[in-house]
Amino acid sequence: MPFNLLVLSCLAYVIFLFAVAWWAERRAARGRLGWLQSPLIYTLSLSIYCTAWTFYGAVGYAARSGLEFLTIYLGPTIVFVGWWWMLRKLVRIGRRQGVTSIADLLSSRFGKSNLLGVIVTVIAVVAATPYIALQLQSVTLSFSVFASPTDDGLTPPGTEATAIWVATGLAIFTILFGTRNLDAKEQHHGIVTAIAVEAVVKLVALVAVGVFVVWGLADGPFDMKARIHASSISDWNLQPGRWAGLMFASGAAVVCLPRMFQVMVVENADERHLSTASWAFPLYLFAMSLFIVPIAVMGLERLPAGANADMFVLTLPLAEGQGALAMLAFLGGFSSATSMVIVESIALATMVSNHIVMPVWLRLRPAKGMSGDVRRLVLLARRISIAVVLGLGYAYYRKSGGSATLAAIGLIAFAGVAQFLPAMVFGLFWRGATRVGAVLGLSVGFVIWAYTLFLPSFGPDAVIPALVFAEGPWGLDWLRPRALFGVGAMDPLIHALFWSMTLNTAAFLIGSLFTFPGPVERMQGAAFVHVFDSAAANPRGWQRGLAEPEDLLVMSQRIMGDEDALAFFEAEAKDQGKAGYLPDPSPQFMARLERRLAGSVGAATAHAMMSQLAGRATVTVEDLMAVASESAQIMEYSARLESQQDELTRTARALREANDKLTQLSVQKDAFLSQISHELRTPMTSIRAFSEILTEGDLPAPMVAHYGRIIHDEARRLTRLLDDLLDLSVLENGTVQLNLGLTNLSQMIDRALASASHTKPERSFTIHRDLPMENIFLRTDADRLVQVFINLISNARKYCDATAPELRISVRQKGGRVTIDFIDNGSGIPQDSQALIFEKFARLTDQTRAGGAGLGLAICREVMANLGGTITYLPGQGGAAFRVAVPLRLEQQVA
Amino acid sequence: MTPRVLLIEDEPNITEAIRFILSRDGCEVVTLADGLGAVQAVRKDVPDLLILDLMLPGVSGLDILVQLRSDPATARLPVLMLTAKGQGRDREAAERAGANHFMTKPFSNDDMRAAVRALTGR
Repeated sequence: MPFNLLVLSCLAYVIFLFAVAWWAERRAARGRLGWLQSPLIYTLSLSIYCTAWTFYGAVGYAARSGLEFLTIYLGPTIVFVGWWWMLRKLVRIGRRQGVTSIADLLSSRFGKSNLLGVIVTVIAVVAATPYIALQLQSVTLSFSVFASPTDDGLTPPGTEATAIWVATGLAIFTILFGTRNLDAKEQHHGIVTAIAVEAVVKLVALVAVGVFVVWGLADGPFDMKARIHASSISDWNLQPGRWAGLMFASGAAVVCLPRMFQVMVVENADERHLSTASWAFPLYLFAMSLFIVPIAVMGLERLPAGANADMFVLTLPLAEGQGALAMLAFLGGFSSATSMVIVESIALATMVSNHIVMPVWLRLRPAKGMSGDVRRLVLLARRISIAVVLGLGYAYYRKSGGSATLAAIGLIAFAGVAQFLPAMVFGLFWRGATRVGAVLGLSVGFVIWAYTLFLPSFGPDAVIPALVFAEGPWGLDWLRPRALFGVGAMDPLIHALFWSMTLNTAAFLIGSLFTFPGPVERMQGAAFVHVFDSAAANPRGWQRGLAEPEDLLVMSQRIMGDEDALAFFEAEAKDQGKAGYLPDPSPQFMARLERRLAGSVGAATAHAMMSQLAGRATVTVEDLMAVASESAQIMEYSARLESQQDELTRTARALREANDKLTQLSVQKDAFLSQISHELRTPMTSIRAFSEILTEGDLPAPMVAHYGRIIHDEARRLTRLLDDLLDLSVLENGTVQLNLGLTNLSQMIDRALASASHTKPERSFTIHRDLPMENIFLRTDADRLVQVFINLISNARKYCDATAPELRISVRQKGGRVTIDFIDNGSGIPQDSQALIFEKFARLTDQTRAGGAGLGLAICREVMANLGGTITYLPGQGGAAFRVAVPLRLEQQVA
Repeated sequence: MTPRVLLIEDEPNITEAIRFILSRDGCEVVTLADGLGAVQAVRKDVPDLLILDLMLPGVSGLDILVQLRSDPATARLPVLMLTAKGQGRDREAAERAGANHFMTKPFSNDDMRAAVRALTGR
């Protein structure tokens, strides 16, 4: 076929696939996947196991090695039929843990170790390189076989140019397909659908060629059978070692190949699909292998000797002039290659970007780790990874010379990814598997695989000098790549497989046994190994699963503190009659420990932690809900504490204020007592001194009389002071008994003036009154109000310093209140003293001249408070001015 | 020689009693009713003894004493402090300020005479 037409056909096919993928993704985006998410599609997507190697190479393999090619199908069949429960576990874990790749799975299992992720990624990329090269080679081969010069004389490009074009085309195609957007679940519905379509195309193509061979070229099955018997293939003898080794390698590969893991675990939408796949996928493999031998036999029979058996699928129809069938076969092969490359490079790109690029980038630029650039960066990293992976494949193709048979290249890759198997299987089933074991096993296996199989595949002197092959490195012949430890009789593949897997497993086991898993590892280990147990787990009580006492101790120390935990464990051990710190993990002990831990971290959390260690279950949703509600309670409690704290703060402030006030009161009380002491002692001093003088006798009569009068005055002063103090005390306590009644204000003022006239009777005072205004009847305690008036009038008589003293008493009534102003014509009270005059003992002048104890105005203030009124000083009235305000009708006692 | 006593006391009756007691005991008693002019009065004519009431209108007896003690002319003047408040604090304050003797009101006439005799060196 003219090569430009062939290229066009390929492009058209690719565009068709692209359309299928786009359509599927549109449906997925609208949530209407329907049958796109069926077991059928899942099974067909698994068929990426069948690559161009299967499509073209199996025939070549059969032509060269007889039925040995069947191992490639038998391995996966055994795994899917016999080990489906392991696959189910893998899928369950993958879905539960949100695993994105096999590197992610192993890293996650072993304590989310990034080192492990890097190792797995590196192995996967290296092992995939020959495999991708194989696809390039097969497409290149088929193209060179099929393409012919165009009608206008353009010759098809050479194989090297073709390989470059194929690699570039596939890279572009994969980037367009696989990295259009970033899906959180790493699921690609479009691609899965497209590879399902390709699965059908390659099956139909191969079966069509087979049918053509059996019924077109031969005379039906019986004739075919006879031809097979006659061919050299029937001479094939089973090599048990190789047979078993290849079955093992292919069985391991079907779970460990990054692309298989991608479609089987990552893209899995429903665990039940696996049960369909467990019979449907072997059936597909059976259909794919059904016509391999007939095609091989017919190819050997019809095609010239020396024709590449790997191309029989294509060259047989061509040789028979079946252009359309050849085109179908070509597209089948093309499908096989493209689907494998797309999924493989997507899977590898995910691993590279997640386990190598992102960690490095985050370490280099931690500040930007959370910014929006990450998505773009991830996509870019994946696109570059895809290009790099295909570039590596192309480089391998060039380096290995492009001459090796397809099957041999494929087996190198199988043996490479088989290195993941020990870590994966032990990780799924053995809680004792540790990160160190996994790292050791993978590294040892990888090194041996590379040394004995991968590097030698480039040929002698390409990477490893031919001398090393013959004599071993540094002349150590037991280190010869093809005869490790002197075992030279084996087939190179089986030799590499045997040593890499044996030492890998040994290193893994030794590493695991001699190291102790960290807490995250333990948790993940339990989550992986017991992934199926959570639903069946008994929610409370420790009958089913019991934890290791060491684990419990470590956890308890973390929660309770070293000393408490050790004391608790020691006491428990003692109760069980054991010495040391490690009691048997009996259900009773577990229950007591859980209660003890619950005191520190809450019951649900304690139970969840114990469950983890007991290895019985992963944390259930109910457990998490309980933890959440516990946290909520704690938060509520702390909020309550906080509000109590606020209240306490307020109370403390109030107390502090009260205390300040009390202190102030105490100071005032001391000052008051000191004042009273002074006021009492002063008259006592005179009384005592004069009474002593009198008793000494020998005095003239007038002096006796004079001193006797002084004693008398001072005694009265003392009495007055005591009366005032008692009065004030009663008034301040509010225990005063008011004698309410209607009294005329004018009469009250009359009484007050008469009473006050005894004060400084020698001074003549002019009193101004407004008698009509005074003619008001007040309902009040008249005696008390008169007491206030007397005080004010007496003060005026005592302190008014005018030469012609006058006192104006004016009355005003407003609403229910009556005001009585007492204004004299003296110099008044200085402004800075006006605030003090109502305080006790706030005498402004020499009190002896005034004859008071300094309590008068304080008493007035208390009286007015008891009468429901006020007494205030009126500044700016020309002299001392006091205003007394009382209610017109005092209805009841004012407390 | 008759000792001259300056009495600064705001209560007239007490002033009269002390003047009577000390005069009969052979002292010349000069009186002041408030503390405002006290320091000048003492400096002008330094007495043999100063009897000072602690609580005076206008200025505290303590302030007067402190001023007198800071002046070399009156630094060694014998001073008898009187107080009606009678709290321990006041006695301490008076002694710190430099009073030679301290008496609480009311006092016995004998105590007063004895104190004045002691302070005037008789």
